[in-house]
Amino acid sequence: MSGTYLGMPAFPKAAHEAVGNQTLRGNLRHATHTIRGKRAKAVSEVSDWAELREAGKRIKDHTLRHLDRYLVQLEESVTAAGGTVHWAADADEANRIVTELVKETGESEVVKVKSMATQEIGLNEALEAEGIRAYETDLAELIVQLGKDRPSHILVPAIHRNRGEIRDIFEREMSEWGRPAPEGLTDTPAELAEAARLHLREKFLRAKVGVSGANFMVAETGTLVVVESEGNGRMCLTLPETLISVVGIEKIVPTWRDLEVFLQTLPRSSTAERMNPYTSMWTGTTDSETADGPRTFHLVLLDNGRTDTLADEVGRQALRCIRCSACLNVCPVYERAGGHAYGSVYPGPIGAILSPQLRGTGSEIDASLPYASSLCGACYEVCPVAIDIPEVLVHLRERVVEGGPVTREGNKVVLKPAKGHAAERAAMRAARWAFSHPGALRTGQRLASRTRRLHPRTLPGPGSAWSGTRDLPAVPAEPFRDWWQRTQGGKGGAK
Amino acid sequence: MNDRERILGRVRRALADVPHDDPPYEQAVSRDYLTEHGERGVEETVELLAENLADYRAIVHRCTAADLPATIAGMLTARGSKTVLAPPGLDPAWLAAAGAEQVADRAESTPHELDRVDSVVTACAVAVAETGTLVLDGGPDQGRRRVTLVPDHHICVVRVPDQVVSSVPQALTRLTPTRPLTWISGPSATSDIELDRVEGVHGPRTLEVVLVSD
Ligand code: SF4
Repeated sequence: MSGTYLGMPAFPKAAHEAVGNQTLRGNLRHATHTIRGKRAKAVSEVSDWAELREAGKRIKDHTLRHLDRYLVQLEESVTAAGGTVHWAADADEANRIVTELVKETGESEVVKVKSMATQEIGLNEALEAEGIRAYETDLAELIVQLGKDRPSHILVPAIHRNRGEIRDIFEREMSEWGRPAPEGLTDTPAELAEAARLHLREKFLRAKVGVSGANFMVAETGTLVVVESEGNGRMCLTLPETLISVVGIEKIVPTWRDLEVFLQTLPRSSTAERMNPYTSMWTGTTDSETADGPRTFHLVLLDNGRTDTLADEVGRQALRCIRCSACLNVCPVYERAGGHAYGSVYPGPIGAILSPQLRGTGSEIDASLPYASSLCGACYEVCPVAIDIPEVLVHLRERVVEGGPVTREGNKVVLKPAKGHAAERAAMRAARWAFSHPGALRTGQRLASRTRRLHPRTLPGPGSAWSGTRDLPAVPAEPFRDWWQRTQGGKGGAK
Repeated sequence: MNDRERILGRVRRALADVPHDDPPYEQAVSRDYLTEHGERGVEETVELLAENLADYRAIVHRCTAADLPATIAGMLTARGSKTVLAPPGLDPAWLAAAGAEQVADRAESTPHELDRVDSVVTACAVAVAETGTLVLDGGPDQGRRRVTLVPDHHICVVRVPDQVVSSVPQALTRLTPTRPLTWISGPSATSDIELDRVEGVHGPRTLEVVLVSD
């Protein structure tokens, strides 16, 4: 997987810098707390949340356990509906396929729907190198693109930017890319959105090629699903003559009916809404009679480290992820460190387990990511497909420190233990970081007691030599701080 | 070896731990969740739809079939719409009282032409009460996907109670996957700038829904 930011320092260093950035911390705190509160309310509206979560988990697990069969079925359904399926083992291959498909149309620009998969493979840069301009059309992605920046959140990628900064970026950069910002643009969100509407509408209306990802692909019918709120997705999926969708192979669900689970859990977990404003579903191409949507449709199925992740029986569950971003918003580490510190398009708790699996733990940043957590378990509790992120983190820490068999690019290799020194430093720095941020620690402890069965009784990694001869104390059922408050220091008596 | 064989080969090797008698789909998937949340009568379901649509900032009107043409005409006048687009299969009676000039959607209409249209009136395929969602399936009375996307004002007519279902699971059973489907819950919206909600970045900024009963 490409897309490791060049020269990216290991997580503790990047996080340390982010923590010193007041604007970033303020924005993130506001954002994560707001979404978190709204989400809890949206979830409490559905009385069968636990059952929906279990169903989502089981559907995804079953699909992953029989992925070969469902991939072939999907290919057949998409082909029967008039689409063309391509397979890409890695980022380079996917970029090559998309570039060639665009060139075949004779076009030199494409409009894009926000998609993590295309960010993961660095598609925009690859197209640029071949003289093709890719326009991001999601408002936040536009802000990021114009600001020559990186997204910092899965759902609200420009959350690290204030309205004043956005205004300045629009004023400075829009003319470079097309219609300039209106004269006298202020920093009210409504005016900024209007400027983006005018700027992008020009591009939508003339676009001949659209590029997207997909939230789901239905093996049974060949249907692709894109969930969004602004309508830029609908524009890119409907107006162009050619549509190219790049989708990770794990995004399959077996049947049409399965969508009933995810269309209930995704919006509530993600934007905390009963339903997102727009969902588009399309199956293959439409005939030229009606001209309702693209007449040429290409689906690029992307591996890029996913089969290696699938080969790990513990880590495999990360592929259930539906990219709702709920885990980011409850993570005390993410809240302080910000999305950029994770050095990947996948930030937060999911990033901490996905990136080191997709890319391997060869680089300093990837080796440190499994330590970017207090193991508080909040991410597991909110995850709509019940990914046990703490379990995978502990597993990956062991992998980093002790080495062992892993699969890289389809081949079994034996990983050497990371140089004890470096790993230890990474772990200790992460621990020190948590201890110097009492808020993070407190949340961590409170949630730790709820999930204490998950915690190992020996320290993973560099601590194992120490704990090998000692038993770790079990995490108490209630953190001391909570006990103190509840009982007013023992005076109130435990209720 | 091409990438297809390479990927499928990797998947199969990665899944060597999965036994041959792994439970089939029907057994592996649990469906203990509800097909509907809460018990409601027909009228209550329609009421819930109206509430949830309004909560997502759609403007909701209710009228009888006889009053529909006047209701639509009134909405167009109030907005000052000079042109209105109607899909080919829309009941002509619906627009009989409208003063605005009618524009037909043709397959060769360019997006720029659509951009100049003031309002669009369509029917829908099904509406979901619990989520406040309208689903369009490209039927003759709903037209192509783009007609409800490019113009800034969309009026959608829902026949109640027969086009209303309670929940997402119920909606999916009524839809045909091979048709292009658009699910709409409120007007286009963004919260990308400091989480302030702004309506209409790219899609119609105003969504009006008419719940019409016979
Ligand atoms: S890991 Fe779970 S909570 Fe996090 S983004 Fe993925 S699905 Fe959402």
